[in-house]
Amino acid sequence: MTGTTLSLARPARTKPMSIDRGDRAYTVVVAALLGGAVLAIIYPLYFIVIASFSEPDAVNNGRVWVLPEGFTLDGYRRLLADPRVWRGVVNSLTYTSLATALSVALILTAGYALSRKELPWRNAITALFLVTLFFDGGMIPRYLVVKELGMLNTVWAMILPNAVAVWNLLIARTYFTSAIPVEVREAAYLDGASELKFFLRIALPLAKPLIAVMVLIHLVWNWNAFFDALIFLTDESKFPLQLVLRNILVQSEVSASGNLSSDLSSYAEQQRLGELIKYGMIVVSTVPLLLLSPFAQRYLSRGGVEGALKG
Amino acid sequence: MTTPMTAPGVLRRMSRLWQLYLLVLPALIYLVVFKFWPMYGVQIAFRNFNPIDGFSGSPFVGWQHFERFFASPQFDRVVGNTLTLAVVNLLVAFPVPILLALMINNLRDGRLRSFVRAVLYSPTFISTVVVVGMMYVLLSPRSGLINHLIGLFGGDPILFMGSPDWFRPIFVGSTVWQESGFQMVIYLAALAGIDQALHDAARVDGANSWQRIRNIDVPGILPTIVVLFMLAVGNLMNISFEKALLMQTPLNRETSQVIQTYVYQAGLQQAQFSYSAAIGLFNSVVNLALLVTFHLVVRRARRGWGGLR
Repeated sequence: MTGTTLSLARPARTKPMSIDRGDRAYTVVVAALLGGAVLAIIYPLYFIVIASFSEPDAVNNGRVWVLPEGFTLDGYRRLLADPRVWRGVVNSLTYTSLATALSVALILTAGYALSRKELPWRNAITALFLVTLFFDGGMIPRYLVVKELGMLNTVWAMILPNAVAVWNLLIARTYFTSAIPVEVREAAYLDGASELKFFLRIALPLAKPLIAVMVLIHLVWNWNAFFDALIFLTDESKFPLQLVLRNILVQSEVSASGNLSSDLSSYAEQQRLGELIKYGMIVVSTVPLLLLSPFAQRYLSRGGVEGALKG
Repeated sequence: MTTPMTAPGVLRRMSRLWQLYLLVLPALIYLVVFKFWPMYGVQIAFRNFNPIDGFSGSPFVGWQHFERFFASPQFDRVVGNTLTLAVVNLLVAFPVPILLALMINNLRDGRLRSFVRAVLYSPTFISTVVVVGMMYVLLSPRSGLINHLIGLFGGDPILFMGSPDWFRPIFVGSTVWQESGFQMVIYLAALAGIDQALHDAARVDGANSWQRIRNIDVPGILPTIVVLFMLAVGNLMNISFEKALLMQTPLNRETSQVIQTYVYQAGLQQAQFSYSAAIGLFNSVVNLALLVTFHLVVRRARRGWGGLR
């Protein structure tokens, strides 16, 4: 063995075993590890899906492993009859769409302006954004500011406090710098286009791949966020889905506010169905995003990631 | 600014480019209101905050809140928990996506490769709330899958979510489960940038898979590894405390109480705004110090290695 130096020129000398044996061992190890990893991701998800419509007694007593046992839609029926879930979905859709639209708009406008090298004070303004990557006020002052603005328990608290993701702003800045040739802009000036017009008519259409990535990232972030809702909202009718999920899945408020299973006669019955409802909740809340996954993956790995590393 | 310019020149350009300032203005307003105003508010760590007098008018008390935190029995436990969890989480979760990417990159069957990649990436889209919710149902002592499995092998059920000893393994394990896929995709993108001719040449020379990975792939993605590691260290103290908060039960608090969850409880649940702002500030300062130290170490080390960048 020649140590860690690149020994491409003469790898034959570093050959400790025959290629065949080495490669066969490699194949076996890789198949085992990757197979295990794939199973570790898929099996829990698969189990939750089959558990969500199997007979709850069979699941709770450990008789369901590979195939569902019995069939019931009680869990789904109950969770879909719960007004908290529906309100959560509606609230989440509202918050997510508004917050995503605002975030992407701010990232694109500021990112574009800061990509223009001839803009006086450009570096100073960029530095202001950079500072927030290293230092921020922390949870408590942030909460007090939102409170001071009178935004507690309003839709604004779900949209404004996280409106600009500085990291994404930097990605957008880098993207605009490299995606718009100077010649294009000079030609537009000769035609008498204003800065604003150029941004809207030429820069934005050129940034379509960037916009797609940013919209996707923010959709997923906003849909999955729960902490701001936890600290800024106390009015249950405003809770987004994630907070409702937290109360049902983590705090086990299956029967607390009464809607899911309070009509069930006994404690045992509540226990029995409680788990079933939780499996169903996980399925209902996760499937839409997992369906988005293959589509998103293509975009994210192409645009966002490379941009992030170069940025 | 890169080019020297006279004042009138700057003014002329600023007036010509005023529409660009208009474009950056909304984001700047956001920055002032939601980033700089809270930063200004950090001073309540040195005051006894009350809503009437506000950030700058509340009575000044100096280091009182810091002293109280340093002297409290919470201090050792909370800081120790944070550091232990952060370091263990980093050391265990960081290498996994690298290994996965190296293995997937060398799969010859293209369809198998994209299948494995898609599966491993999918947990990225599952929210933290749902991941923790899955823990509660799958690890439940009576009805959970894992305890049934343990029962199958004759073991006794374990109260996973109520045990201080199990908090860290579950926390770190779920990080690996949920976040490896995202990082893996970054490494795969770096691996895709490696010249295929290197592999072909090595194969002709008789190198097997192990040797090609060690001598071509690993050196090829080393710069990416360094960048991602620096990012991870920079965020060391900001470990997903949201997950810690969700996983916290009265029974596992001994290990699950980290700085940020403590700030949340003392500050927002018990309304000790100034005391918890002081703890939050302490956390930020430690994080910043770690970041700076690490950067200095890396810079020195790089000078030693020579080659990187």
